[in-house]
Amino acid sequence: MSVVPFVNAVLQVRDLSVTLGDGPKIVGDISFSVFPGEILGVVGESGSGKTSIATALLGDARAGAVIACGSVFVDGRDILALDEAERHTMRGSVVSHVAQDPALALNPMRRIGSLLEEVLRVHLPALGKAGRQARIAEAAADVGLPATSEFLRRFPHQLSGGQQQRVLLALAVLLRPQLIVLDEPTTALDVTTQARVLATLRDLCRDRGIGAVYVSHDLAVVRELVDRVVVLYAGHIVESGSRDHLFESPAHPYTRGLLDAVPDISGRHAVRPIGGHAPALQDRPEGCAFAPRCSLRSASCAVRPPLREFGERRLVACHHPVRGKREDVPATFRAPAFAEQRALAVLGGVSASYGANQVLFDVDLSLPKGYCTALVGESGSGKTTFSRALVGAVEDVEGTFEYDGRLVPLSGNRDIDLRRRIQYIFQNPFRALNPRQTVGQILRTAALHFFPIRSADADREVAAVLERVALAPELAPRYPRDLSGGERQRVAIARALICKPELLICDEITSALDVSVQAAIIDLLRQLQREFGLTILFVTHDLGVVRAVADCVAVLQHGRIVEHGPVDRLLDQPEHSYTRALVADSPRLRETVA
Amino acid sequence: MATIYSEQTPRAVSPSQTDDTVAHNAGAPGSEGFALPSWLPWLGGRVLSGLATAFVISVLVFAATQALPSDPARVILGPDATEDSIRVLQQQLGLDQPILVQYGRWAARAMTGEFGVSLDSNVPAGQIVADRFGNSAALMAIVLVLAVPIAFLGGVALAIRRDSRIDSWTMNAVILFKALPGFVLAIGLILLFSTTVFPILPAVSLIDPAISPFLQPLYLVLPALTLILTVAPFLLRLVRSAMIETLEADYVAAARLRGIPERRVVWGHAVPNALVPVIQGIALTSRMLLGGGLIVEVVFSYPGIGNALNAAIELRDVPVIQVITLTMAVGVVFINLLADVATVLVTPKLRTSSRPRLRAGTRAKLKLKAGGV
Repeated sequence: MSVVPFVNAVLQVRDLSVTLGDGPKIVGDISFSVFPGEILGVVGESGSGKTSIATALLGDARAGAVIACGSVFVDGRDILALDEAERHTMRGSVVSHVAQDPALALNPMRRIGSLLEEVLRVHLPALGKAGRQARIAEAAADVGLPATSEFLRRFPHQLSGGQQQRVLLALAVLLRPQLIVLDEPTTALDVTTQARVLATLRDLCRDRGIGAVYVSHDLAVVRELVDRVVVLYAGHIVESGSRDHLFESPAHPYTRGLLDAVPDISGRHAVRPIGGHAPALQDRPEGCAFAPRCSLRSASCAVRPPLREFGERRLVACHHPVRGKREDVPATFRAPAFAEQRALAVLGGVSASYGANQVLFDVDLSLPKGYCTALVGESGSGKTTFSRALVGAVEDVEGTFEYDGRLVPLSGNRDIDLRRRIQYIFQNPFRALNPRQTVGQILRTAALHFFPIRSADADREVAAVLERVALAPELAPRYPRDLSGGERQRVAIARALICKPELLICDEITSALDVSVQAAIIDLLRQLQREFGLTILFVTHDLGVVRAVADCVAVLQHGRIVEHGPVDRLLDQPEHSYTRALVADSPRLRETVA
Repeated sequence: MATIYSEQTPRAVSPSQTDDTVAHNAGAPGSEGFALPSWLPWLGGRVLSGLATAFVISVLVFAATQALPSDPARVILGPDATEDSIRVLQQQLGLDQPILVQYGRWAARAMTGEFGVSLDSNVPAGQIVADRFGNSAALMAIVLVLAVPIAFLGGVALAIRRDSRIDSWTMNAVILFKALPGFVLAIGLILLFSTTVFPILPAVSLIDPAISPFLQPLYLVLPALTLILTVAPFLLRLVRSAMIETLEADYVAAARLRGIPERRVVWGHAVPNALVPVIQGIALTSRMLLGGGLIVEVVFSYPGIGNALNAAIELRDVPVIQVITLTMAVGVVFINLLADVATVLVTPKLRTSSRPRLRAGTRAKLKLKAGGV
């Protein structure tokens, strides 16, 4: 570690540790710095400690956690060594924070104008009313919000998600701080809104010379936005370096694995999962935390590798750093023979509404048998309603549904065989499994419901289906709470598979999962589709995932399908203006090959 | 606490409005101060449903008293009366009429404030209840005025010092008081303050009906103290848990990270958000006091509505029973209405919505949160 401080750095973190009470370290030995106008990306999967670092930069730790040691120099002053009052003065004025979910981070009881006023009153009590208004107007203009009194009198729920996030940004830049810490500020936003907010942020940092720490799990966003990247794994920095270096030739096996795992919109690359899952806080291994999942591990990995210089201004914590450029593995390309395809399900003129609110307008879609069709749209476009209508779970729906050459009712009243043949997998695996049943019971219940088999046969079925989703048979007597998110989603998939379905409806099934786990689920779906000829409707908002998983794509906007076609054609030469905007606004991991 | 409440329809901001267009057409109800509030139709509906509830209650009260097999004529004339005289009285009272006609007459008279004459004292039943109700309302007012601020400040203070020694001690004491039935507490207080230990307060509330009970405070102390000790712990726990929940909310963390001083964070950001459960909790307490004051009134012989009801039931004084139960029931409906209106007024999201809705099960959830009543 270099002890000589960078004189002009706005942020300098040295040996920061945050622990859980006196217990295990949430993050440890964190050191990095940020220069004026520079955006630093802090990347990690859930549980890697990125949010703890973000709040520690403002001298705060969540309830139960303690900043154990280290220093955080912001603008030359160690925020951890200050007393409470001085720290309060620095927060907001020298270093500010933008939280993850704008809908939760704005007080529902307060008008946004009053929130802005409050910050000025607290930090600049000498400023008069006119001065405050001028500052608010300036900050609003910076983030692209109107500063009209009508707008400032609104409550957060009267704003769109993008506006809410802009209000949080305005609060953060109001006092012209030196440093902004952003904790996944765009995860809750649609891609188009996200692209605009990111552009605003980039301009702010460049023009004002504000340093920024951008915490995220989304590598594509980080690549589009930041100048340098710090990669976290299990609470420690495993690699840091400039963006180009890190994305082109990552040295740590975890960084490489992570990049291989991200599905990307720009081309069809094989998505390769990292085996296993990140260790929980209390059972992080003694040595290199990544070693259990690493293909390069050796005996030396039992000792924690220090963060060492590796090439020019790069640091890697690994005993076996990888040299050289990262090569994409091209996907095994599967030319969809659309000429001979046969539709398994044909939907005609589907309209659905909730009360007076119509969400689907005359949607026509056919799902080719044995292929995966992706249904893409932003939140509120009606994609979940459409997929729920397929299983008969929407009451107020009209249209025709031809399944396997047979006309079936759209709204409920289906026989048991049809219900078995169409299976639905839910978005959130944490809520889709009965917490009071073991994995085995969950699967048996489904099997016994649809097939007249004996209990012993059901147990055999359970063992077989667990193997198909690559789960150990020992998991059968465990409860869902004992499983990781990826394992739970596999159980949910197994519950659908045990019914021997023909059509699988996957409603954003990877959006609650980490990238490396998401890749494994995508892999599994592709494999199941190949081996069993499953037809899949994959609902998502992530075009990268679409590229990795789908054969055909239908784009849904405001309850209407605006474009439909094979995945490569649609993503490479989108025709509809909405699709074009979606493709253009999606962050990319790789340069587009024209 | 926005989780308890929801709008009936999904968010009005439809996806067709992009980031920028929303700015010009999303609701601007806040800007026109003098325009009719958008929740007014909701209030109208709520009042109508309150009236409907009152009607149903009146049917039930009537059915439960007048139409039951026990014959008021027999009760009035006593066991020695002849069949003929009973029949005559039945005719006079209209008891030989079809039940619907009886209800119609009773309801029509009740609308004009005429509830019949007490069978016991020949005083109009409405008159008795008005006096007694005034006494009970006075007691209730004192209890609420003292218990609510104590519980509110205490709950906020404990939520801030969560898991400290003071917090855990107070919570233990609170559980102790909750475990004691009201009458045990009342008797305990009498033993302590009215008998040998500190003979300073009257054990019986001999309130002079001619003077306002507020002018005879000595008689109010023990009943009020008992009720405060039963009610305040419940409210305290409610405020504490509501405050703990809001203090952990993202927007409170965000305010702290903006450098807002802690005092301002608590009173300006957290407390307003904890108000909704507290309002519903106060309503729950008021409803409890309306009926639950009975035991305390009996123990202290406090001349309130509960005591009157108790006496009327003992004497089978049907008109008085009817008017008291009806008053109590309508009171409960009114308290609920008041609480829901207050909830809508303090919650911007509901205030600006045209169809605010209280989700089912909220009250049950509240009770659960405060560990039962």
